Amino acid sequence: MGQTIIDTANHIAGYAARAARVKVVAAYPITPQTTIVEKIAEFVENREMDAEYIRVESEHSAMVACIGAAATGVRTFTATSAHGLALMHEALHWAAGSRLPIVMAVVNRAMGAPWSIWPDLSDSLSQRDTGWIQFYCADNQEVFDTIIQAYKLCEDERVFLPAMVCLEGFILSHTYTPAKIPDQEKIDAYLPAYKSGWTLDVDRPCSHANLVSPEWYMEFRYMIQEAMDNAKRLIPQIDKEYGKRFGSEYGGLVEKYKCEDADLIMVTMGTMGSDAKLAVDKLRKEGQKVGSARVRVYRPFPVEEIMKLAENTHILATIDRHISFGMEGFLASETKASLFNQKDRPLIAGFIAGLGGRDVTSETIEKVAKKSLKCMKEGKVEKETEWVDLRE
Amino acid sequence: MVTVKELPKEEYLLKGHAACAGCGPAISLRLLFKALGNKIIMVVPACCTTVIQGPYPYTSSAVPLQNILFESTGAAASGITAALRQRKLEDITVVGWAGDGGTVDIGIQALSGAAERGTNFIYVCYDNEAYGNTGMQRSGATPYGAWTTTTPSGKRERKKDMPLIMAAHRIPYVATACTSYPMDFVNKLRKAKGIKGTKYIHLLAPCPTGWRYDTSKTVELGRLAVQTGMWVLYEIEDGKFRLNSPSDRLVDKSKRKPIKEYFGLQGRFRGLSEEDVERIRKWLDEDWEHYRKLAGNSVSDQALYGKI
Amino acid sequence: MTAVPKKRKELPVTPLSFPTVGSMGKTGSWRTFRPEIDYSKCTRCTLCWVYCPDAAITREEDDSPKIDYDYCKGCGICANECPTKAITMKREEE
Repeated sequence: MGQTIIDTANHIAGYAARAARVKVVAAYPITPQTTIVEKIAEFVENREMDAEYIRVESEHSAMVACIGAAATGVRTFTATSAHGLALMHEALHWAAGSRLPIVMAVVNRAMGAPWSIWPDLSDSLSQRDTGWIQFYCADNQEVFDTIIQAYKLCEDERVFLPAMVCLEGFILSHTYTPAKIPDQEKIDAYLPAYKSGWTLDVDRPCSHANLVSPEWYMEFRYMIQEAMDNAKRLIPQIDKEYGKRFGSEYGGLVEKYKCEDADLIMVTMGTMGSDAKLAVDKLRKEGQKVGSARVRVYRPFPVEEIMKLAENTHILATIDRHISFGMEGFLASETKASLFNQKDRPLIAGFIAGLGGRDVTSETIEKVAKKSLKCMKEGKVEKETEWVDLRE
Repeated sequence: MVTVKELPKEEYLLKGHAACAGCGPAISLRLLFKALGNKIIMVVPACCTTVIQGPYPYTSSAVPLQNILFESTGAAASGITAALRQRKLEDITVVGWAGDGGTVDIGIQALSGAAERGTNFIYVCYDNEAYGNTGMQRSGATPYGAWTTTTPSGKRERKKDMPLIMAAHRIPYVATACTSYPMDFVNKLRKAKGIKGTKYIHLLAPCPTGWRYDTSKTVELGRLAVQTGMWVLYEIEDGKFRLNSPSDRLVDKSKRKPIKEYFGLQGRFRGLSEEDVERIRKWLDEDWEHYRKLAGNSVSDQALYGKI
Repeated sequence: MTAVPKKRKELPVTPLSFPTVGSMGKTGSWRTFRPEIDYSKCTRCTLCWVYCPDAAITREEDDSPKIDYDYCKGCGICANECPTKAITMKREEE
């Protein structure tokens, strides 16, 4: 029957790594991720987890150690935030190019300068081009479930890509909520032994990543894109199967709430998705036909899902907890890009909210909804991007 | 004592690779495979050897080899050894093979971390005293006065003493070696293989492209480096310092060949002034005084009492 | 010799290279000078074999060295190190 625990998302991520029978963890502490590695260290030293925890001396080394271990035939896990993720940037490229199914928890935190320890999605979204699959969680249960699902997905031979499971710092990482941990036998039945596309093997010696000339490099990159497309297809299947076995599923790529007849759909990521549901319910009581769509998987980007959502609605309001300086939020850009070639497109209003941990409540989202409904009535979006709750 | 003829004939560095003619590191890599066999996993960061292997889909090494990011040899080795331990495959030796750049400069953090954690692997720094892969820019291991493309008037800083830095990590085995002393290198590798923990070997590997000399002189130059005392062969085993032959006989200054013989063969030292040479000579004497103190009682009797 | 892929579907999931003699082709073409062994002077010490950076010298049954001119780059280390000067470097014709 499993057990219900009450714990923080960070600790729960540790439980997930243990449940996935990870064999090597290499990680470096950084606020607000630290309690993940502390939990894992505790599990390993208490022999509650049959794994090795390499206390590396930096995040760059953490990712490379995971690459080394994954290439030598074992399941690996790591976790980081913000500057730690940024520090391992080149290693993220290397891991994806090496097609190694590493899973990493990213506890989202704002980037400096200046220092901020509070949540926004700039850190992981800045890594969107690296070839890593990206999941964004809205609650602690989803963190556990998504880590397990991620291993299932990444070790599928049609994928063989690494994945980051993102959770907002402090909002989830340090907040205690109940979560169900399934029986280990059930997880073992769901998650088979580690598989990857290649191994460093003395019986079949090869060298990995020799210089590839322009003759073949492009084809290897194309194969990563193909793997992303396969992942896009597989994620909803994996989520559904997981739901059947363990009781919780999340809508695959996009978690939709009351979108079927909505005039306005609010497109969000992470915990804002939960607050959006509250705002939707309140607005519906006021007679507004509003829905919310939480983009659970940012890479591969759910283009088809966005196109489906756009078919029956008049306006999409994207709320980005991130900005790409000099342009707009990534969610806004990619939503627009998904719809550009469609004949009948809804209006799209972009909003920036919650940077550096500024609170985004259901009231904030109601405000966004009301502004968007006004745009819809006027038939145009005056400002491509609006910053919410910005001081004068 | 193993002699050259007892070295196995099998080649795991296959002919037709991309090394420059006369490449010192290539000689030593060939010998490393003869010393350790092919039940090894190599970790190679960005360095000359990255290119020496040849391009995809070929490779010139016949052992499993992980090419990895420049800074990261130590970290990759930590990950690989952990995985081997988890898979109960601990009879496979993990070998890091990195240039001086990837060891003393950009790679020093990961190596230091791996050593501090006691990662069970052999790390060989093949030192051609510059960033060879990118065209001979200066590294922390470039010696004083040497021309490189980024120090065209000669490097003004001294060579970083990497072996002693590694010894300060209290790892069980640190050694220096040289391409021109193949059996010394082979013996050190075999000894390292039998020790648990981090083993560090710093190998001076002459490079005709970087040091500007006729390709035929690689082995001769390495020998001169040792015979002049500019390069010292020693081991630090469990903290005990021991000079190896023939360096043990060179504690006596009069037995060292004049350093100008070493400089004279190399185009990269053409710009040395008399002042530079004098400065280098003084430092050399000071270093040797330091080695003499480190060696203490373990300096061979023959050297101390001048029997050879 | 490792087969060069011709189609995308022949590619491994990530670039994996397999041990190949002549990864850079026949590097003997790099030579300006070629080593020639006078076997009457050769003492079968095998030092030339030890010091060849290119593994282009093999040891026969009786320890005599055999140079593979397809791969010898003509660096001259063997000639320089031979204790009996049994190896001389001759300029390649044409």
